[in-house]
Amino acid sequence: MTTAWDRVLIARSILRPTSKFFIEQIFDGFIELKGDRNFADDAAIIGGIAWLGETAVTVIAEEKGADVPEKVARNFGCPHPEGYRKSLRLMEQAEKFNRPIICLVDTQGAYCGIGAEERGQGHAIATNLERMMTLTVPIISIVIGEGGSGGALALAVADRVAMLENAIYSILSPEGFSTILWKDSSRAQEAAEVMKITAKDLLDLGIIDDIIKEPAGGAQNGPELVAERIKTYLLKNFAELEKLDSKTLLEERYQKFRKMK
Amino acid sequence: MSDMFQDRANRVSRAKTVDSAAINKTETPIPDNMWEKCPSCTKIIYRVDLEDNMNVCTSCGYHFRLSAKERMEMTLDTDTFVELNSEIIGCDPLKFPGYKEKCEGLREKTGLQDAIITGVGEITGIKSVFGFMDSNFMMGSMGAAVGEKLAMAFEYATENRLPVIIFTVSGGARMQEGIVSLMQMAKVSGAVALHSRAGLLYITVLTDPTTGGVTASFAMQGDIIISEPAALIGFAGKRVIEQTIKQSLPEGFQTAEFLMQKGFVDNIIERKNMRKTLHGILHLHQGRKHQ
Repeated sequence: MTTAWDRVLIARSILRPTSKFFIEQIFDGFIELKGDRNFADDAAIIGGIAWLGETAVTVIAEEKGADVPEKVARNFGCPHPEGYRKSLRLMEQAEKFNRPIICLVDTQGAYCGIGAEERGQGHAIATNLERMMTLTVPIISIVIGEGGSGGALALAVADRVAMLENAIYSILSPEGFSTILWKDSSRAQEAAEVMKITAKDLLDLGIIDDIIKEPAGGAQNGPELVAERIKTYLLKNFAELEKLDSKTLLEERYQKFRKMK
Repeated sequence: MSDMFQDRANRVSRAKTVDSAAINKTETPIPDNMWEKCPSCTKIIYRVDLEDNMNVCTSCGYHFRLSAKERMEMTLDTDTFVELNSEIIGCDPLKFPGYKEKCEGLREKTGLQDAIITGVGEITGIKSVFGFMDSNFMMGSMGAAVGEKLAMAFEYATENRLPVIIFTVSGGARMQEGIVSLMQMAKVSGAVALHSRAGLLYITVLTDPTTGGVTASFAMQGDIIISEPAALIGFAGKRVIEQTIKQSLPEGFQTAEFLMQKGFVDNIIERKNMRKTLHGILHLHQGRKHQ
């Protein structure tokens, strides 16, 4: 049996495919669009426009980087406020041009540093949460690796939230959780079991809508297959969401989160 | 005016009675409730003087933390507050060991159901929906009860076309409720969004401390964001940042003054001017509008 901690390790594995790979596999003609028009471009989040089959879409994805230099350049996938502001800029652009939005979530969390605080990390996340509730185009978020707290939620206020089978999604890392609640970071494995962070647990709790299967051992054992499954999931669900007028879409999005308690 | 002095004299005499009783019965010559040490300037202040000064240090101006009830009484017109949804309590989605018992104990101890009270009240005759968070209940952390009460408060305000004023004090998300507490951020944000789209006013008053998931949601979503002086306001905790960047943080980092300088707080208002300021903002929003 795969334990929650096993999945933590799979989700964090350096062999696991990251957003860049999935973008290349799933979409055609991806054109990257950078910058928040205010301060900087944040390489921890990739944004752009592309084709999903015959539909023009906007893609926003947290990217940890494949090798060490890229990981450093992308701050290990921990976004600064400008990353969330770039995301919002592109999401509002998507709304203007009536494009569905896809968010790929993969972060330990929003970055905790001096610059991040100075530029309003809390404000940036808060603004995304509020604005995403009113965007009139369909949004699908998929947690592909780690869904770390507010830094993940800022890209996951969506009409459908799915997780890859071995992805995790949590209020805090198991290490942080055990440090705060048990004053002991060495009990992270135990915390992972308690916290309900696996796709199965979150589906049972009604936090996510669907699980996308991975090959045995994890997505690294068949990344193309996983990409294909994500694509199928997106096409199927956008086809469903397309049938809703924007008022119904927003009402259902609101109620989806409203009932979580 | 003379009533006010009489009230003070009464309280001083009551305090003295307690004082002498305490001296007679215990080893401690100074009872706990008689004096208060200012956490900022360390000066010892006479409890009665502190209360007369709205729980602001008479020496350095440090704003002591207030309970939700104290804040409500200080802010609203007398007897105008009607609490909403007082019966709502949280959940225990993780079945976290000891959590349920801890909440029950705190309910008994604090008289609160959870870390916020919400309701309708008036400031100098202007009606508004209010939320008062309370740090005495698990550091004001947001779990399902806080999220639900806030969402219901915003929905009530939207339905009745009322402004909302929230006084925040919070360590962030309620860890013991796991992912459910994270989802409250989205839930409350949705209710704020609907209230905002209805063209209604939302004011947040940040008090010490306001951090984590509360900062990253409704605390930063106000049309107008004001703060009490010197309040700690931030997303990440100081220790977490220091561990991440491996250096210590500069003096005054994450204070209200720092946030105002960086452009995230509209104004810093001292407690003694809070009622007047809130009334001024509420009143202005009732003014004649561009047709």
